[in-house]
Amino acid sequence: MNEKPNLNYLKEISGGDLEFEEKLLIIVKKELPEEINTYKKFLNENNFKQAAELVHKIKHKISILGLEKSYQLAIDYEEDLKKDNLNLKIEFEEVLNSMICFIKTV
Amino acid sequence: MKSIIIDDEEMARAIIGKLSSNNKNLDLIESFSNAIEAIKYLNQNSVDLIFLDIHMPTFTGFDLLQTLKNPPKVILTTSDKNFAIEAFEYDCIVDYLVKPVTQERFDKAVQKATLFSQASKVETKSKDTEVINELYVNIDRRLVKINFATINLIEAKGDYILIKTDSKNYTVHSTMKKIEEKLPDDLFLKVHRSFIINTKKIIDIEDNSVLIGNNVIPVSRSNRPELMKRLNLL
Repeated sequence: MNEKPNLNYLKEISGGDLEFEEKLLIIVKKELPEEINTYKKFLNENNFKQAAELVHKIKHKISILGLEKSYQLAIDYEEDLKKDNLNLKIEFEEVLNSMICFIKTV
Repeated sequence: MKSIIIDDEEMARAIIGKLSSNNKNLDLIESFSNAIEAIKYLNQNSVDLIFLDIHMPTFTGFDLLQTLKNPPKVILTTSDKNFAIEAFEYDCIVDYLVKPVTQERFDKAVQKATLFSQASKVETKSKDTEVINELYVNIDRRLVKINFATINLIEAKGDYILIKTDSKNYTVHSTMKKIEEKLPDDLFLKVHRSFIINTKKIIDIEDNSVLIGNNVIPVSRSNRPELMKRLNLL
């Protein structure tokens, strides 16, 4: 995945409303690490159905941060997890890492 | 349009809220993080449009729609494209927005909802103003249909009324007041406390009486001006 997280979508819908942009980023900064932790917890417990639920939640944040290809990856991974298939795990977790790094900079 | 958001994700609610505030046709009045709270609200308040997430824990967007007897227009907001087919089963769903939603796509969906809503209102109005051309009366435990156009006159007979039509007379246990309320004003007129006439059946008018068929009906002084107003006088 060569794409990098960005704020293009956020800026597009905010129409220059900085307060709104900040509000959204606060939510992402708060929820994303919690959701990643819960996702990992379910994976460790081999509870793939619940892990898929968390991927579903994270998926929206992936799209908010402008990661279009990764969004498709998350859709596929969510479906795979429901079938206990972890083939896309490493690729998906790379996306998570890039998002965590990004939100620390904004 | 008065609208509400139902979505378990705070971020999604904030985004739809922002997109709503940029659309002048929308008046966003409430946001709910779960379907149960929204149902309670909808049972007591009316809204024109719901932005509804499908994928919510315990009670999904589709579950919510099944509990509403007369749902308002609904725009689904979801991260799943897979529900589109199921969405077509609900008449109230006017559009299906896949997250992340752009302003342009959002506005298009709202425009669609507005058009659908206006169309529904016109339909409801035409149903409300649908012309009723007949009356059902209870005669010997049967409900008999009488077309208004066939009624010549109605005469009070104590606790009964006598409805005289072109072909038959019906004696019905009712009052003049009750039947007067059921008759169309443009066709019928009370000309005397004991007589209501079908004004289209008047043959002639002489002094204080009208001739309908072979019945001479008295016209009281107080009702005469209204009768004269109805006539196309030369």
